[in-house]
Amino acid sequence: MIDFQYSRASNVGEAISLMSNNPGAKFVAGGTNLVDLMKMDIERPTRLIDITRLQLNKVEETAGGGLRIGALVPNTDLAYHPAVEQRYPMLASAIMAGASQQLRNMASTGGNLLQRTRCAYFYDTATPCNKRRPGSGCSAIDGLNRMNAILGTSDACIAVHPSDMCVALAALEATVHVAGPRGERAIAFADFHRLPGDTPQRDSNLETDELITAIELPPRGFTSNYTYLKIRDRLSYAFALVSVAAGLELDGDTIKDARFALGGVAHKPWRNAQAEAALRGQPASEPTFTRAADLVVSDAKGFGHNAFKIDLARRTLVRALSQAARGTPQSQSNKKIA
Amino acid sequence: MIKSEADPSRYPTRREVVAGGAALPIAMSLSPPRAAAQSAAGNGTPSAVPVSVTVNGNHHALSLDPRTTLLDALREHLDLTGTKKGCDQGQCGACTVLINGRRVVSCLTLAVMTDGANVTTIEGLAKDGTLHPLQQAFIDHDAFQCGYCTPGQICSAAGLIAEGKAKTATEIRELMSGNICRCGAYTNIVAAIQQAMGQS
Repeated sequence: MIDFQYSRASNVGEAISLMSNNPGAKFVAGGTNLVDLMKMDIERPTRLIDITRLQLNKVEETAGGGLRIGALVPNTDLAYHPAVEQRYPMLASAIMAGASQQLRNMASTGGNLLQRTRCAYFYDTATPCNKRRPGSGCSAIDGLNRMNAILGTSDACIAVHPSDMCVALAALEATVHVAGPRGERAIAFADFHRLPGDTPQRDSNLETDELITAIELPPRGFTSNYTYLKIRDRLSYAFALVSVAAGLELDGDTIKDARFALGGVAHKPWRNAQAEAALRGQPASEPTFTRAADLVVSDAKGFGHNAFKIDLARRTLVRALSQAARGTPQSQSNKKIA
Repeated sequence: MIKSEADPSRYPTRREVVAGGAALPIAMSLSPPRAAAQSAAGNGTPSAVPVSVTVNGNHHALSLDPRTTLLDALREHLDLTGTKKGCDQGQCGACTVLINGRRVVSCLTLAVMTDGANVTTIEGLAKDGTLHPLQQAFIDHDAFQCGYCTPGQICSAAGLIAEGKAKTATEIRELMSGNICRCGAYTNIVAAIQQAMGQS
């Protein structure tokens, strides 16, 4: 770990001004990803700005009937918050599917969005990686890429975003509130994370001098028909091969509305508007779900070791939509897949 | 380090090394935080940061290189070697401690960020010479083999019981999944936690 200076900010304004005055600095909250990456010499901030004393730890009702989650609310507190358990069970389930309880106790809501890929070559500083060292090349494309992306890839990067929570936030169409030296702005969740393109060093559209202050959930939580289904190598405490957050609104057996996002398959939580539209007005049945899943993977691309994920993604989506339609969401304790 | 079975006294024990009783080169190699702090001081950057922290009810005023993790602060600066360093990457749970009653991994916690916090380690669980119910339960159920993960398992289980979310063996297993036991004592660990839960 390189030497760094340490500053403790007491409010948002001070945090932003410290960042503006210290290029090369990074904000730190839970530290579960950043401290690890600093130990590995992958992140080399010259200064850490500790934001844990900022007053961003509340979960509040919004005027429109939604929920505003402070960026510093720990993942555990969010998953166990009564309003989240009751009105956004898909989000609670997704959070509990990720990491371990110790890490969820430490990790912040805002930090979860900003965690970096777990691509083995991003971590291995002895190998080229365009995300870690732009222009050096991608070792994963012709390497051990079992965990890598099948959708939205580029010639420069096939990394995936590792979050479970973000997959549910994408399906729920959350909004990310940020503050910076140029003021505040709101970013739709779908526009927050990026595809790698030829600049994979940028994971998101957050500017380096901006701070996430809150995540806002719209009122609709798909409380009756939802699931978060995560398929992984171990039943617990492992990153997703493929995951699906799905929410349906049913009228009898007919799908009135549908939302879903996939994790573990792309550089960002993966939505497909065309496939969601293909569900609307259709009977909630396996043939319907299969048609939508076929649409999602129609332009998927495997790179050798990860080619199995194309069929796995298709099947996981069908299973997840079936779970949601039946009202039998995936349990995150008993891992039997319903 | 290779151990000599013929003459075990030839090499210092781990505890002696940690306590600083060993030859300097060995102590240096096993004590990177001190080595790092010295080199940092030599470069003139960064300056040590004052950290005020309460550990097991005892108040400590420390001056630490900001790179020092809570794990290294406990082991190297406070000589509380009960908390173990396993992977040092947040993956194994051996370094689990309680901060303000919540279980966290101390290897990914920067000590400077715990200023003002209450930390509980395995050394702080027994009260007045009586083992904590979890410690007794781990003995009763033979819930360990080599014992290296045990302090982390017990601190994690203390956090689990305080959370009050796990009711069944399945839920205990899921919520203890951040603590790896390479000896595979999981069955007995779950039984020990169930016993302690029944007493709390």
